[in-house]
Amino acid sequence: MNSIAIGTFSMTRLSGGQQLAIKYFAVAMVLFVAQCLFGLFAGLQYVMPEFGYNWLDFSVNRMVHINAMVVWMLYGFIGSVYWLVEEEAGTELVGLKLANLAFWVLTLAVTLVVLVYLFVQTGAGEIETIWFINEGREYIEAPRWADIGIVACVLVFFYNIAATFNKGSWSGISGVLVLDLVALAGLYLAGMFYTANISMDQYWWWWVIHLWVEATWEVLVGCIMAWGLMKTLGARRVVVTTWLYIEVALMFGSGILGLGHHYFWIGTPEYWLTIGGFFSALEPIPLVAMVVHAVYDSGVHKFRNANHPALAWLIAHAFGNFFGAGVWGFMHTLPQINLYTHGTQWTSSHGHLAFFGAYATIIIAVIYLAIQKARGDVHMGAGLATGWRWKWSFTLLNVGVVGMTMALLISGYEQSFVERALEGSSWSGYFAAQSTHWYMQGMYWREVWGVVTIVGLIILLWDLVTICADEKRASPVLNKATATA
Amino acid sequence: MSDLPRWAQEDVWRKVAIWVTAGMFVVLIILTFDSVAVITAGSERVPAYSVINQRIYYRMDRERGFQAPVIGEEAPLFGTVLTEEEAAKMVSHGKLTVQAKNCINCHTLLGNGAYYAPDLTKSWLDPAWGNEAVRESMMVKFLMDPESNARGYGTNRKMPNLDITEEEARAVVAFLKWMSSIDTTGFPAGFPAIAQEGDR
Repeated sequence: MNSIAIGTFSMTRLSGGQQLAIKYFAVAMVLFVAQCLFGLFAGLQYVMPEFGYNWLDFSVNRMVHINAMVVWMLYGFIGSVYWLVEEEAGTELVGLKLANLAFWVLTLAVTLVVLVYLFVQTGAGEIETIWFINEGREYIEAPRWADIGIVACVLVFFYNIAATFNKGSWSGISGVLVLDLVALAGLYLAGMFYTANISMDQYWWWWVIHLWVEATWEVLVGCIMAWGLMKTLGARRVVVTTWLYIEVALMFGSGILGLGHHYFWIGTPEYWLTIGGFFSALEPIPLVAMVVHAVYDSGVHKFRNANHPALAWLIAHAFGNFFGAGVWGFMHTLPQINLYTHGTQWTSSHGHLAFFGAYATIIIAVIYLAIQKARGDVHMGAGLATGWRWKWSFTLLNVGVVGMTMALLISGYEQSFVERALEGSSWSGYFAAQSTHWYMQGMYWREVWGVVTIVGLIILLWDLVTICADEKRASPVLNKATATA
Repeated sequence: MSDLPRWAQEDVWRKVAIWVTAGMFVVLIILTFDSVAVITAGSERVPAYSVINQRIYYRMDRERGFQAPVIGEEAPLFGTVLTEEEAAKMVSHGKLTVQAKNCINCHTLLGNGAYYAPDLTKSWLDPAWGNEAVRESMMVKFLMDPESNARGYGTNRKMPNLDITEEEARAVVAFLKWMSSIDTTGFPAGFPAIAQEGDR
């Protein structure tokens, strides 16, 4: 097995779960490209409304833009967990064949859903449309048949992870991870019903959306981060596990009732103003803890690490999560502000920085760790022949997303002042805001930074495929105690 | 290990995490029982679907400090008074159409959705659709042929043609009228609702 030279990419170096993870990562990156491409189209329509009119409308582009993102992140999470499960449990995956089957079924379903989104787009106002074409509910537009397929595939994933830990050994990280996956899968069911009552619809819809991205996804990346810091820095298990428990307490302590910040204006009782405002204002605290944790651990280990690109992306994750989810979320979470910012470009500003900062970054970090292993635990530290690629892609992607975030924030300010505060959200007020000079300036700049982001993405993909291909040095062993502790 | 202070012990934090999570979840469940009762159609904050038979105002409520919907006298939609069952069916058909045509990926409803087109929460009361006598038919006409009836206020933004039938368009209008009666705690603030018969 070790006859393959260091630097050569070979699946034979990997365990079954890790090989499967590579497949998930590959699809995730394809969907990442789709996300950025359709985002570019949708952004273009703000400055060139004629583009795609009546054949690739904004609604389609925006839906594919966000759905591709949600799905690639889920692929990234599933891949990350399959990557670490066997090592963490100390045994082989219990149902590899079933897991592989679920991967292909899920990927086929995703492909079909996207093709229908693009080529059928909409249907008649009947329940059949919701079952077979488009559910028409933001972020979870996948038709009902696909919902059921997704749940089935997620159950296979969950079974594999829980049973593998059960066969091998449990740890603090795996315990949190498995309980979190139960919640993540269960919550999806809250979004699978039809009602004419839009208040009821949105009440449960937020259980899926909020309790995913502001609670269970955050805890999931907390687990991946704990494992990632052990991998890259050789941090001690007892330290990362204790931090993980602290983060879980803070995250669920603030995030579960923080759900209330989506219940300000949808018909729900007024006590949500107080509960939602208070608890969601606390939501940044666990994210501060995560930054402290990552930076402190890196400092303790004097930044000596086994994988430079992975550590860079982990640090980007810590800060991106704090600023994107924490600061940008806090800025408009109090009802007194949210009354004017709810449903404006403020939200897209927040969304761009938060999803990239909290989730895209950490998945990219795990992919770099995976590639390092698939190339025979190759040296992925200083002095790489093609090191400029990961540095440039890292820089362009981060700068591009921060640029879009700022541009959208300026447009959001303008929209909330003009449309909301001055004009009271009437149709004419909406268009008055959309037409202002500064709003449109933000929209032009968003598109420019979007192009910068895409250039960063292209270099990233190039780097992921080629990094360390000609590298002959082996990675140093950081801290042998970590693997067994 | 054991010489660590309590606040730094792994075991202590595991228990804290479990208790905090469980506690918060229980509180959420209790609040959900209360909220679901309050937002069931036919309650005070979310009226029954037959509200489309009546005039809906959006007036300043001095006591609460923001605008709130007020249900007025009879003003049937498209001139026909519907039973609760018929109204529910029509509003549901409208909601299904809103989902099937993917409206939420350009518009916002109750402020949630995309930001490429205006918010629809109170659109039934929006001055853009003229006075009481013409607004129903203007909305139906627009929905069926948004391209020729485009109203982008100089932005060149137009709603695409979504093959909406007349029946679907009327159902969407019913849904919008019903949605405008939901008490949204003052959202959107300062909304300039049309003047209607009965307004002071």
